[in-house]
Amino acid sequence: MILTVSHISTYSYDAPVRGAVQSLRMTPSVCDGQRAIRWSIEVVGGTRGASFRDGAGDWVEGWSLRGPVSEITVKVTGEVATTDMAGVLRGHRETVPPEAYLRETGPTRADSGLMTLAQEAAAGATDALDRAHRIAAAINEAIAYRPGSTDQFGTAAEALALGEGVCQDHAHALIACARFLDMPARYVSGYLHAGAEGTPNEASHAWAEVWIDRLGWVGFDASNATCPDARYIRLGSGFDAQDAAPIRGVAHGRVAEALDVTVAVEAVQQ
Amino acid sequence: MATEYFNEMYEGGAVRAPYARLEDWMRSMPAELRQMKQAEAEDLFRRIGITFAVYGEGGDPDRLIPFDMFPRVFAQDEWRKLERGIKQRARALNAFLVDVYGRGEIVKAGKIPSRLVYRNEAYEKAVSGFVPPRGVFSHIVGIDIVRTGPGDFFVLEDNCRTPSGVSYMLENREIMMRMFPALFQNNRIEPVDNYSDLLRRTLASVAPAKCDRDPTIVILTPGHFNSAYYEHSFLADLMGVELVEGADLFVENGFVWMRTTEGPKKVDVIYRRIDDSYLDPLCFRPDSMLGVPGLMDVYRSGGVTICSAPGAGVADDKAVYTFVPDMVRFYLGEEPILNNVPTWQCGKTDDLKYVQANLKDLVVKEVHGSGGYGMLVGPKSTQEQIEYFAGRIAADPDNYIAQPTLALSTVPTFVEEGVAPRHVDLRPYCLVGERIELVPGGLTRVALKDGSLVVNSSQGGGVKDTWVLAE
Amino acid sequence: MLSRTADNLFWIARYMERAETMARLLEVGARIALLPSAGHGYRSEWDSLLQASGTAAGFAKKYGDPVQRNIESYLFFDHDNSSSVAYCISRARENARIVRTALTTQVWDALNTAFQEMRQLERTPRSQLELSRLTEWTMRHAAMVRGAIDATLLRNDGWDFLGLGYKLERADNTARLMDVKYYVLLPRADYVGSGLDNYQWTTLLRAMSSHRAFHWAYGGDITAGKIAHFLILNPQCPRSLITAIEGATGHLDRLAKAYHTTTEAQSRSRALLGELSEMTVDDIFEEGLHEYLGRFIGDVGEVSHLVGEIYLSGVAR
Repeated sequence: MILTVSHISTYSYDAPVRGAVQSLRMTPSVCDGQRAIRWSIEVVGGTRGASFRDGAGDWVEGWSLRGPVSEITVKVTGEVATTDMAGVLRGHRETVPPEAYLRETGPTRADSGLMTLAQEAAAGATDALDRAHRIAAAINEAIAYRPGSTDQFGTAAEALALGEGVCQDHAHALIACARFLDMPARYVSGYLHAGAEGTPNEASHAWAEVWIDRLGWVGFDASNATCPDARYIRLGSGFDAQDAAPIRGVAHGRVAEALDVTVAVEAVQQ
Repeated sequence: MATEYFNEMYEGGAVRAPYARLEDWMRSMPAELRQMKQAEAEDLFRRIGITFAVYGEGGDPDRLIPFDMFPRVFAQDEWRKLERGIKQRARALNAFLVDVYGRGEIVKAGKIPSRLVYRNEAYEKAVSGFVPPRGVFSHIVGIDIVRTGPGDFFVLEDNCRTPSGVSYMLENREIMMRMFPALFQNNRIEPVDNYSDLLRRTLASVAPAKCDRDPTIVILTPGHFNSAYYEHSFLADLMGVELVEGADLFVENGFVWMRTTEGPKKVDVIYRRIDDSYLDPLCFRPDSMLGVPGLMDVYRSGGVTICSAPGAGVADDKAVYTFVPDMVRFYLGEEPILNNVPTWQCGKTDDLKYVQANLKDLVVKEVHGSGGYGMLVGPKSTQEQIEYFAGRIAADPDNYIAQPTLALSTVPTFVEEGVAPRHVDLRPYCLVGERIELVPGGLTRVALKDGSLVVNSSQGGGVKDTWVLAE
Repeated sequence: MLSRTADNLFWIARYMERAETMARLLEVGARIALLPSAGHGYRSEWDSLLQASGTAAGFAKKYGDPVQRNIESYLFFDHDNSSSVAYCISRARENARIVRTALTTQVWDALNTAFQEMRQLERTPRSQLELSRLTEWTMRHAAMVRGAIDATLLRNDGWDFLGLGYKLERADNTARLMDVKYYVLLPRADYVGSGLDNYQWTTLLRAMSSHRAFHWAYGGDITAGKIAHFLILNPQCPRSLITAIEGATGHLDRLAKAYHTTTEAQSRSRALLGELSEMTVDDIFEEGLHEYLGRFIGDVGEVSHLVGEIYLSGVAR
């Protein structure tokens, strides 16, 4: 499949900021199953700084911008050729050992509800892969997808208690359950082409990866009850949403910030 | 207490050789003179401005750390052995850090449980796969050493991040030389004042490959409210480098720049005295006001060197400490010259049982604690304190280790009634860059309270000048 | 030099100068209070003093009616008052502690001693402290700090930032003191030229340690014209506006030379000096003393602002 991406994030400030620094993780991962045909990142009016591939295999670009400015726009456009790998991450070079992803973080802390969910879902599983599938399915059922039901600072435990959430909450819940069962798990950010069938989902998407011995990292999208396929573009990973955020930035100035994002992921006719 | 302590000056009735010339000096000082000298020393410290703040206490914010004029002395051969042991340990710790952020051979070889490394909070995923210049993570290794007998030295803990206190080593010497010049004529004492030159050279030697000129070095401080601010400014001054706060630096074009009255100036090496989690709000704590946004990106792409390297803390964790002798064997193929204190890990079931049954004889420490806080000294504690601690350990066993109460050596110390033995430890500062350097000396901390084994300045400890006699 | 270091140095000087001005102002107040009450008691002299130092609102909130003892406390000891002598001295010393290594031992000693003694004063029962002792104490320590700077500090850019702080703060303070004399201290316009008017001028000169100098320079009766010339246009008077601006311009010229770049702060300061050099007392009175001083205070503020922007903020351009 060939997917085109246009992702524009605009930060507006109520007063001009003296400047800004950003760290962007917005380049498609280098792995089997996806290949960037063209890809460009631009912070309008900014200067590109350090760039490197980190230990988790993500391409990171630093940007800075001198003020005063009242608006900062990050433009990402590109075209990626994808194939269905049934969720398995292959050909991806990284040095962080899977065990590092057993560490608990605030949003991925398993409370008693998540522990129970994990234990019940995992009961009767034939192997690790099966266990992960069952947990993903159970989360899909326990947390209904409802846009706007939670905010970006919410935790997996809160979403489960609420019974609804967005893709971030699904991924956090899956990670919390997997780690509780001693399976390394991490948060993945990327894009999803929703397709004509109209899955009600954001084009800017997130899911989880769980470490399965012999297979390596395998993606699970609990929001859509599936494993990532050719409709998905993988950007980067982390312990949780904050750690895997595609854009991290600081603006200098005591101002209120508003963010406007438009993302379009389209399939190109071949 | 029935325990016999090793007195570093007197053995039986005889004076041990290194202290031979101090006996007369001590006797030649009547109480009035001593008090006068002590007051003079304090005045000097206060005038220079060496003070430290004690966390969580009210009172004088400019408190002086008590200085004891009676020096602690090592003979040349004693020091040579220590020196070899310290350097060996510093090499092994750095090899460990390169390894665990690289291929993790020591974990694969089963020499250390992977859990202790990769699930450790001090393990920084962000620097995985990165090898800092010259393969050095910990550029200043402070190794806390205690002595229990003539040849018995034990390492109490390693400090691979930013060990503090070196300014006291330097100032204690300076003040002793000013007050007792004759002592220095009669004893041939190895100098320590080249420490700042060695530190500057060490830092310069780890400048990033991208730096093609004389590297610009800065010291990054959390600010003037920090208890160690004096030390930060002292070292900056001695090295002739700028002392900066996070807001003095900014990131642009893949480099770090310093704000000066003449415009931005590129920075190559940052000797930071702030914790990893505050270094860069984009990478670590987003609420950090002390750090430099974007710093880690520049670091990872080789635009700047950070000393000690982010993530170095995984080597000085008190649980990882247990495995340092194994590191020496694994990486260097040598037997450790300095031994560890036997340590029980409460995270292990058998160890926990032993610890719980023997709390009254043990010293218990928090794995991530420092500065003598969160610590139980069994023999010096009440039943109530012991029970309270037992509860804390039971609630979170992984967070505690225990060690036997060591019979810390004593050194004569000036006290109210004259001279009396007091317990001491030693922190030497090993520099690791292109070369491994160790100035002959270190910081001797002394527990000023009679019978106390806690030497931390925050808990009523003082400091002494530490001498290494030339041959 | 780090921009922040320059900023610390600049503020050491500003705070020390401000502490001194505050002490002088207190002295003015104490002397005027010795007079039988002017006007009809509708406004006490002490209240004028609070107006003069720009601290009236803060005082009213904390103490209510202006009583001498409270005013002394507020202007000298109160750390809630960001213009009090105690506050200024602690800020100066704290700025010095931050840049300890950019100072000589003597300068640090002078600042630290002032601070330590201030803490002792704060512990002394107020009944044992005469106001005159406090103001003299302040001026003595201010002089010791300035002396240590002059005698021991390397004449590098750091010295220039200290100097700039002193001169710009002094220009501002002198202008404000004069303005206060005319439009705050004197209860009604018809007192101009009266005995009270002259007494107040003398007091003001005294507070600036300048009354002898004034008499030597001008002789005869005190008139508004002579005073304006002395405190604004006379380059021999150490606290005159022209002397302060001349000093500030000198420091800015030196910095521009050392850094090989001219700045807007420098040209603004030069323009200000040029105007002062060619001005006459008649010009000033034609414009109106109050109007002129208001404009001057604004101009000095602008130079300070530019110094901040160019050298102290570290914002890359």
